[in-house]
Amino acid sequence: MNKSRRSFLKVAGLSAFALSSGVAALSSTAQAAATMPGSGYKTNAAALKAKRWAMVIDTRAFKGPEDYQPLIDACHTAHNVPTIKGSNQNIKWFWLDKFDHAFPDDINAYQAAGIKERMFPLLCNHCTNPPCVRVCPTQATYQMHDGIVAMDYHRCIGCRFCMAGCPYGARSFNFMDPRKHLPKEMPNPAFPTRMIGVVEKCTFCAERLAVGQMPACVAASNGRILFGDLDDPNSDVRHALAENYSIRRKPNLGTQPGVYYLI
Amino acid sequence: MLEKVLTGPRTFYLWLLFLVCVIGACGLVYWQQLQQGLSITGMSRDVSWGLYISQFTYFVGVAASAVMLVLPAYFHHYKKFKRMIIFGEFMAIAAVCMCSLFILVDLGQPQRMLNVMLHPTPNSVMFYDMMVLIGYLTLNAIIGWVTLEAERLDVEPPKWVKPLIYLSIIWAFSIHTVTAFLYAGIPGRHYWLTAIMAARFLSSAFCSGPAILLLLVFIVRRLTGFEPGRDAVKTLTTIITYAMCINVFFYLLEIFTAFYSGIPGHQHPMTFLFGEHAGHLTWVSNWMWAAVIMALGSLVILIPPAWRNGPLLPLALVMLVVASWIDKGLGLLIGGFTPNMFETITDYAPTCMEISVALGVYAIGALVLSLLWKIALGVKREAGHFGD
Repeated sequence: MNKSRRSFLKVAGLSAFALSSGVAALSSTAQAAATMPGSGYKTNAAALKAKRWAMVIDTRAFKGPEDYQPLIDACHTAHNVPTIKGSNQNIKWFWLDKFDHAFPDDINAYQAAGIKERMFPLLCNHCTNPPCVRVCPTQATYQMHDGIVAMDYHRCIGCRFCMAGCPYGARSFNFMDPRKHLPKEMPNPAFPTRMIGVVEKCTFCAERLAVGQMPACVAASNGRILFGDLDDPNSDVRHALAENYSIRRKPNLGTQPGVYYLI
Repeated sequence: MLEKVLTGPRTFYLWLLFLVCVIGACGLVYWQQLQQGLSITGMSRDVSWGLYISQFTYFVGVAASAVMLVLPAYFHHYKKFKRMIIFGEFMAIAAVCMCSLFILVDLGQPQRMLNVMLHPTPNSVMFYDMMVLIGYLTLNAIIGWVTLEAERLDVEPPKWVKPLIYLSIIWAFSIHTVTAFLYAGIPGRHYWLTAIMAARFLSSAFCSGPAILLLLVFIVRRLTGFEPGRDAVKTLTTIITYAMCINVFFYLLEIFTAFYSGIPGHQHPMTFLFGEHAGHLTWVSNWMWAAVIMALGSLVILIPPAWRNGPLLPLALVMLVVASWIDKGLGLLIGGFTPNMFETITDYAPTCMEISVALGVYAIGALVLSLLWKIALGVKREAGHFGD
């Protein structure tokens, strides 16, 4: 081994060591920051809390798609959801579909016309066993303590494994820049817009619950959608489920959806 | 050994130049994709994976297939494969490079790719997939390089490389099993939710990978005069034949379960892929039927020993590769996503730009393979292991 090669190896070895220890130091400070007590964040006193948030939709109280439109508008306005017309690369948080498409395991050729023709509202089910959380390689989608399945748009790498994993088609990918499909005046400046190349979906309005407000669709439903703690036997949702016949989407998959439909 | 790429005929450098041009042109298309996002592809909200991920899946199989040479040579001391092994290992390296690139071009936010390692998530199969692919690449690079160096110096490979070789044999099975688990563990996708997925993946890999290897070796033989050995070719062809029979058998098992059980969810992807489903006829049907014909055609040539070792062999191998590519590179993804989660049909067809980006990745794979094989051939020539 000649001298220059040896000195090169020395320098290379030293720089590799410096680089790796630098990275190690960085990651340890990041961890320290995350676990530091008193980081300045406090829970809002007005925040709504639950052990397991769940939604009960009384579909009998909605006459037709026009009844749902204010709810869709409320949701999509509150979350700056872009309208991408005529494209199957669109974004949907709260949308409508027919019974056969929403509940394909309950097909019945002789279903009552009232059910067969009726439109049903669809959204993320915030499952107890969410496959999307299971498959996400970066924990960009994760489950909170209150059962809400949330998204970190800044960590998402856009691999779309969660979209393959979700049995409810509840997730949308930003194929294009969503900001180009929003009105100039941002519908809700308080909620972040998303960037190109990440996945998004309904959040059960975690950001509204945190400041003591009901989810946007629930607030716009005039009591036709109930939202509450499934773990609390005295909650509205538990009463509604105890007194009415309810179904969930694809219950046989074991995901335990948190959205119930009164039929 | 790197100097071996510096000497070669003009045609070799013209070939490299051609590949670089293709990579450059397709790179421009990828640049466009970075600007406009994946909206330039044919993918949609309902069919959220397409050509990129299916090519990734196919080439994990090609990478794993190197084991069909390594296993007989090291577990069964089948010496006749020794001359060809390095080409299998180097093809695995090129294939893993392609897999990584196919994942990269499929990401919506590729610059965040390392989040997979920054936030390791043991419950995600994709995390394991990344780990096993990096591991397999490293193993093959070390093993390939060390054994080739030993061949050049005309000595036995160092002892420490043996355990790595044994590890790489197990590892090869693991990479494709983990890739199958990407699909087979997802609830609600009927076409994928099958325990036989990993076995199907392995059988299809172990016929198509060695078939690609043999075809490439035949081209190299014509171009350089390198002789892989008659017996080695014969044995590898037998392995390919068995693997293809098992591959076809496994697919028939899927069809039996779907149609004898009569469960609509299990039938729909197949009726969609092979014919009219709910009044909808897709372009993939023609491809799937072409795959059926070519799969059977390849078996007709491969099963009788006289035909298998005759002049029709390259034709059989080409048909086998195309058939397995259609099954895994088109049908698997499209059948998995259609009918969609609402039991309706959203059509998917790759766009020209999407195909261009994929071709760019193919060209990078071909470039890596050409350079590595050039080194291997140079060493073989020098060491006098070029022919019988």
